[in-house]
Amino acid sequence: MTLADKDRIFTNLYGFQPWGIAHAMKRGDWADTKALMAQGQDAIIQKVKDSGLRGRGGAGFPTGMKWSFMPKESKDGRPSFLVVNADESEPGSCKDREIIRHDPHKLIEGALIAGYAMRARAAYIYIRGEYIREAEVLFAAVEEAYAKGFIGKNACGSGYDFDVFVHRGGGAYICGEETAMIESLEGKKGQPRLKPPFPAGVGLYGCPTTVNNVESIAVVPTILRRGADWFAGIGRPNNTGTKLFQIAGHVNAPCVVEEAMSIPFRELIDTQCGGIRGGWDNLLAVIPGGSSVPLVPAEQIIDAPMDFVGLKELKSGLGTAAVIVMDKSTDIVRAIARISYFYKHESCGQCTPCREGTGWMWRVMERLVTGDAEPHEVDLLLEVTTQVEGHTICALGDAAAWPIQGLIRHFRPEIEKRIAKRRGFVAVPGLAEAAE
Amino acid sequence: MSGTVTEFADFRWTEANRQEAERIIGRYPKGREASAIMPLLWLAQYQMSAQTGVAWLPLPVIEFVAAQIGMPKIRALEVASFYTMYNLAPVGRFHVQVCGTTPCMLRGSDDVLRACADKGLKKGDVTNGGLFTLTEVECLGACANAPMVQINDDNYEDLTYESMTAILDALIAGKTPKAGSQIGRTASCPEGGPTTLKDVA
Repeated sequence: MTLADKDRIFTNLYGFQPWGIAHAMKRGDWADTKALMAQGQDAIIQKVKDSGLRGRGGAGFPTGMKWSFMPKESKDGRPSFLVVNADESEPGSCKDREIIRHDPHKLIEGALIAGYAMRARAAYIYIRGEYIREAEVLFAAVEEAYAKGFIGKNACGSGYDFDVFVHRGGGAYICGEETAMIESLEGKKGQPRLKPPFPAGVGLYGCPTTVNNVESIAVVPTILRRGADWFAGIGRPNNTGTKLFQIAGHVNAPCVVEEAMSIPFRELIDTQCGGIRGGWDNLLAVIPGGSSVPLVPAEQIIDAPMDFVGLKELKSGLGTAAVIVMDKSTDIVRAIARISYFYKHESCGQCTPCREGTGWMWRVMERLVTGDAEPHEVDLLLEVTTQVEGHTICALGDAAAWPIQGLIRHFRPEIEKRIAKRRGFVAVPGLAEAAE
Repeated sequence: MSGTVTEFADFRWTEANRQEAERIIGRYPKGREASAIMPLLWLAQYQMSAQTGVAWLPLPVIEFVAAQIGMPKIRALEVASFYTMYNLAPVGRFHVQVCGTTPCMLRGSDDVLRACADKGLKKGDVTNGGLFTLTEVECLGACANAPMVQINDDNYEDLTYESMTAILDALIAGKTPKAGSQIGRTASCPEGGPTTLKDVA
């Protein structure tokens, strides 16, 4: 069942109306924010918990619970910070961009409320460097909010002082990892920190910090206005709410759209994207959550619910809900090899398994594209992915390993066929090895 | 790194940028001026572009920025070299950054790169008499409008071989091509009109 327009949070998703504060207020932003804050910090956190909101940046950690890890009072005088992760760089993802350039006040109001709830004194919004026009909008929107007295001293007349600052990145995917983002904000190379300590204890400038995705923050004001029950009533249990899906690749009409969590894949594509290019029989595979998650073959995903649990059951994940659709014209090995190149390019170089492994895996993947490989190298590659996975400080190593594992899991015959063909054999499984 | 050490040794902020630099440093807590390194490098790169027509950061400029916030030169250089958007070598007047990551690849980024090659652009090189630098970049986050290219500060989206050729031709002719979707879509709204939020469209 598709979501009704009245249940959509991002009513200016495509920018049909201006983003400015006057229009944002007409859309309902900044409407008596003081009253929302007056509920008190614990009540806000409880409502976000009750709504079932899970982080929209990929990992899906419950947002309200994350906030509750923040200290309720500062015993040593250290302030707390909110960092909003707008470093949207996961291949396939382009949702935070739409929020920032078309509905920035939802994000700024959300930052105030979230920051207040977790007792932070300021929010830093870290926006990726390549979002140049988007950053211009965001800087201007923050200025508007200051001019209206909605943020700054006595924000919205609440008696609470709260600043919002925008910080531009410089083109490094790794800064989307929360501790790398904190390092980058401190003026260093964006290399992830070992955890623990977790940011809620020791984060930005050594102070308690929570890092939340743009979408997670931007939906909070609406959740508080319409009620946790409303949000929790959309989607399946543990997979609640509305979600911005970004559909790219071989559909008739790629788009970003807000839909109900748990919408079946087929319905999402048919109602919002005009179907699969060439029809449903032409679907080959889907990467359902951004490049880091393993692909899912057509027959498994067609009727699957698009949510955290449903996609985990398919050994993949919802990630950022960046849906990359591939039809039967796709060179599937090349598609994954290009993702391997991405991770090689974006490895920060700190951990040896990732720094060396991403390059090694990419080079083998390139040879698998043409079939220029020994048959045993497929197993060797799979083995190496497991040596990288779980052996690095951050999840980039995992993210580099999973797409390759997904490819071999589902398309091993295709890889072996290429190797056999290149070596001059007909494609008979096992024949290549027997002939050696 | 190219550029001699003395060539830009007299780099100073313009008056407007001097004030902007103060504002930037003011965003971070006292004693945390190092946080300003990234926005200050941005500001310097923009000023270089305005003053010389080339958006890049010669070593003396990086050192100037480091000195302003009391950061060791090597730390500033570490930052400038870690993030790909700081250009440590001169680029063409138009930095053509074609996204080649899988979502764009699936929608035809090979054709976009071919259009560039046919106009004489070469990956990693300054070509066309200093007009262009072509770089194949990693996902720029406009996947629902793939394939796309970022040229200086603007995105050009929903490209084909023909529309990319037209954009390059326009730039060569000294014109400013219209940014955004090249097939007339509004942002990431589905082609053919919205399927949701129709009453506000």
